[in-house]
Amino acid sequence: MITREEFKQIAGNGIWKQNTSLVQILGLCPLLAVTTNLVNGVMLSLATIIVMALSGVAIASLRNFIPHEIRIPVFILVVAALVTVVDLLFNANLHELYLVLGIFIPLIVTNCIVLARVEAYAAKNPPLQATADGVFMGVGMLWTLGLLGGLRELIGAGTLFSGIDMVFPGLQPLQLLPKDYPGLLLAILPPGAFILLGCLIAWKNWIEARAAARQQKTPPAPVAEAGCH
Amino acid sequence: MVTVKEPTAGTMAARTAVILFVFVIVFTGLLAGAYQWTLPAIQASATEEKMKLVNEVLPTASYDNDLLHDTLALAPTPELGLEEPSTVFRARMGGAPAALVLEAVAPDGYAGKIRLILAVQADGRVAGVRVTQHKETPGLGDYVEPKKDRNKERPWITQFNGLSLATLAEKEWKVKKDGGHFDSNAGATVTPRAVVKAVKKAVAYVDAHRDELFAAADKNAADRK
Repeated sequence: MITREEFKQIAGNGIWKQNTSLVQILGLCPLLAVTTNLVNGVMLSLATIIVMALSGVAIASLRNFIPHEIRIPVFILVVAALVTVVDLLFNANLHELYLVLGIFIPLIVTNCIVLARVEAYAAKNPPLQATADGVFMGVGMLWTLGLLGGLRELIGAGTLFSGIDMVFPGLQPLQLLPKDYPGLLLAILPPGAFILLGCLIAWKNWIEARAAARQQKTPPAPVAEAGCH
Repeated sequence: MVTVKEPTAGTMAARTAVILFVFVIVFTGLLAGAYQWTLPAIQASATEEKMKLVNEVLPTASYDNDLLHDTLALAPTPELGLEEPSTVFRARMGGAPAALVLEAVAPDGYAGKIRLILAVQADGRVAGVRVTQHKETPGLGDYVEPKKDRNKERPWITQFNGLSLATLAEKEWKVKKDGGHFDSNAGATVTPRAVVKAVKKAVAYVDAHRDELFAAADKNAADRK
């Protein structure tokens, strides 16, 4: 079973403390390629959440059968097989959704975050915890990629939610900047992704540095907070 | 540390190999099973999508035959940019040739090949063009795909509709930036340039080979009667 504390810790790690994109800086290849707009970033993250939850539960269930020496090839085998099966099942049974998510599912194969979490977490923890870890790592990725995609789209093209009509037919993208906004090509191209990602990392570090500084000023709280990490 | 009798390197290797082998068998089996199980559904939706694409480039009112079953196998055709065999769908109205629906490839996109499907009417006019596959930069060069085009009223790709080599001189089949007829978005001219070139070549190919392509169609019709 999973305790409340464990759950909180897993969620906190995934969403903020060990954020895949901002702290672990993993999975940059799909991040750069896909976050040209908000909808794409969110869609890739949703596909990743599905695959990470599945690979987490699969590896955690099998962890006692996998010899330590060959764990990496086995992980790769399991993750690649799962991604392919998910891809096929989506294509066959949820075709409408596949048309939207489909191009992102094979991209997950290039995302080392799946393998990294399997190696760092699922291989050492029970299935329930591993599933939660996969989901929350994905949620951390979701808000980061959504934010990055949204920023790139807004700066690059002046719109938000372009492509939303493919997910929810009838909805229209928002034109936030004036129609004659010329667009900033740099933001759409990969260097723009690097620059903005750098800004986001700096922003996160700034928040944490400020929180740490504030904690130092006030007398340190009793050891009650210890136990994390 | 408790001393356990260490297995020899040989038995260790053999055991690991067996375990890895079992994993490979199980997961390959899983893959094969999933593939077999989903194959019919995937093929059905592929056919459906093909028909949807054909309907997008060619109005259903302009033909009355079952064009998915009135096809011509085309050998690899460099004029169309095709390195592999393709299928030409033949649309007929009351038995008379109406239009040809064919595939073409623009080999010189910004990020590799751009695959197209287009319908050319019997009078040489383009009925419609659609991009079926491409790897152009999302948000930049992908406006050749009407779904991604921000101009919803008159998507970029519809510029070809109604044009033929007779109504638009061959040297006009270029983007405006190169002194031609076709619009393009600022910052992304490589993609439309490649598409325009491929469509021009495909229209010229149909103009040059119209008789053979239609003759084959006519012969088929005769066979059926």
